Amino acid sequence: MGSITLKNVSKVFGAHAVIPSIDLDINDGEFVVFVGPSGCGKSTLLRLIAGLEDVSDGAIVIDGKNATELPPAKRGLSMVFQSYALYPHMSVRANIAFPLKMAGEDKAVIDKKVADAARVLNLTDYLDRKPRQLSGGQRQRVAIGRAIVRQPEAFLFDEPLSNLDAALRVNMRLEISQLHQQLKTTMIYVTHDQVEAMTMADKIVVLNRGRIEQVGSPLDLYHRPDNLFVAGFIGSPKMNFISGSQAAGHQAHTIGIRPEHLVLSKDHGTWQGTVGVAEHLGSDTFLHVNADAIGTLTARVSGDFAVTHGDRVFLTPDPQRLHKFDEKGLAIR
Amino acid sequence: MATLHTRSAARLMIAPSVLLLLAWMIVPLALTIYFSLLRYNLLMPGMEEFAGLTNYTYFLTDPAFFQAVFNTLAIVLGVLFITVVGGIGLALLLDQPMFGQGIVRILVIAPFLIMPTVAALVWKNMFMNPVNGLFAWLAKLVGLQPFDFLANAPLFSIILIVAWQWLPFATLILLTALQSLDEEQKEAAQMDGAGAWSRFIYLVLPHLSRAITVVILIQTIFLLSVFAEILVTTNGGPGTQSTNLTFLVYAQALLQFDVGGASAGGIIAVILANIVAFFLMRMIGKTLEA
Repeated sequence: MGSITLKNVSKVFGAHAVIPSIDLDINDGEFVVFVGPSGCGKSTLLRLIAGLEDVSDGAIVIDGKNATELPPAKRGLSMVFQSYALYPHMSVRANIAFPLKMAGEDKAVIDKKVADAARVLNLTDYLDRKPRQLSGGQRQRVAIGRAIVRQPEAFLFDEPLSNLDAALRVNMRLEISQLHQQLKTTMIYVTHDQVEAMTMADKIVVLNRGRIEQVGSPLDLYHRPDNLFVAGFIGSPKMNFISGSQAAGHQAHTIGIRPEHLVLSKDHGTWQGTVGVAEHLGSDTFLHVNADAIGTLTARVSGDFAVTHGDRVFLTPDPQRLHKFDEKGLAIR
Repeated sequence: MATLHTRSAARLMIAPSVLLLLAWMIVPLALTIYFSLLRYNLLMPGMEEFAGLTNYTYFLTDPAFFQAVFNTLAIVLGVLFITVVGGIGLALLLDQPMFGQGIVRILVIAPFLIMPTVAALVWKNMFMNPVNGLFAWLAKLVGLQPFDFLANAPLFSIILIVAWQWLPFATLILLTALQSLDEEQKEAAQMDGAGAWSRFIYLVLPHLSRAITVVILIQTIFLLSVFAEILVTTNGGPGTQSTNLTFLVYAQALLQFDVGGASAGGIIAVILANIVAFFLMRMIGKTLEA
């Protein structure tokens, strides 16, 4: 059904290779998240798959057929845009019906499919409104509705939640995940937010400067990052990196330890330091500790651990959870 | 601006300009109405006397009057049609990325900057002249009899000249509107399977509706009073075939020296313009509200 394969895909703008060369397999029904910092080529990659940009080289195979030269509409994909890109002068109903109308479907079939999509997305009461009369979350749902009526091979999401406020974003994240469970259609989702990537994905593709750094399940990336970039990008707060003599002691160029894998104590431990800032979240506290001779370390401790600015604390890394990297930044296992 | 004090102060401040503008409008209007009720001919100075509504009956029963009303409407509608359709076409073309875009855009805008009398003379002598004109030369080139535009199709010729002048204005407004169309919407429509024509009908045209409304409104105001083009090309003729209301009033006042009749014509023109404005606003006021 909705498997997508990229073979040697590259994209060059002028003299600048945005995507040097990428090979990637996306299986049917998978929820794949492209994640990376801004400018890493993740949106370009999505647009290449959508057909909104031409590939400079390589092939895109959708559902076993070479789709490299196909126009966007013929690829059987639908896309949800960052700005939603709803048609402002059309009602919600007309917006959702638009792809079906373009496909020349029967009026009765269109009405039924639109009603179905509206029911799934809780939009039934808003069908006759214009997009500007809707809230951000509702617009988002209309955009998704417009995407699902076509029953595409795969959905493409281009940072769909970045225009929503924090609370709504968490909600919509859940709704999109539920939609995926319900439809079992392939979804490709682009985001710069590693939390979205971790919570929604079956498979995360970490991109940096147009290259794939690592592909794997969220927990895979969390526990076994291939390199410094992935180790630093996945997980919040960021992993602490320590180089120099401390790392040499572990036969590595750099060692990394996640904030949650540092054990804190007030009287004994491996490293000693002064608490700079303590961020109390209630359940947890993030401590920014100025460790002597190492630098700033971030530690995540239980909310009960009572410290404030200026306290002396001891930190001990969990040796099982220590990540080691060589001088090229690759993981040593 | 919210307190009572600031509001009354604001009113006080703008009062002088409001009064000045009011007087500016009221005095000519009142004088015109007053003249329209007099028997007032420039050839008989000092003979003015009250004439009641005679001037109006005279003007309204003039056979040239209905011809003029028809010509006025024909010019307005004809020019609007050509400029809106042509303007959309040109705007679509100019929106495409191409070599020398800046220069081409300036060239397209150029006709708007040429004064009406000059533009009309250029058309009359260089294009439409049956002996030396470009069109005549083209006709002869393919072996046809040259067509004397201004003699045989005066109204159409004037519509053509005026449309040529206003096309840049429409193009400019529509082009800026076109450029404000969200790129992602176009891409979304592309993903939804809409071809170029469907995208134009369902996306571009609705997006342009407000700009089209503005073009129609502004142009109608100016097109109701087209004058210079008629004066320098056909002089309202042959006969009254290319006389519009403005030109008829001019002829009444300055060719027949009948100020009273011309004033009555002016008042009638104002009333007709208001009727047109009323229907125009009803028709397209809705688009502007949205």
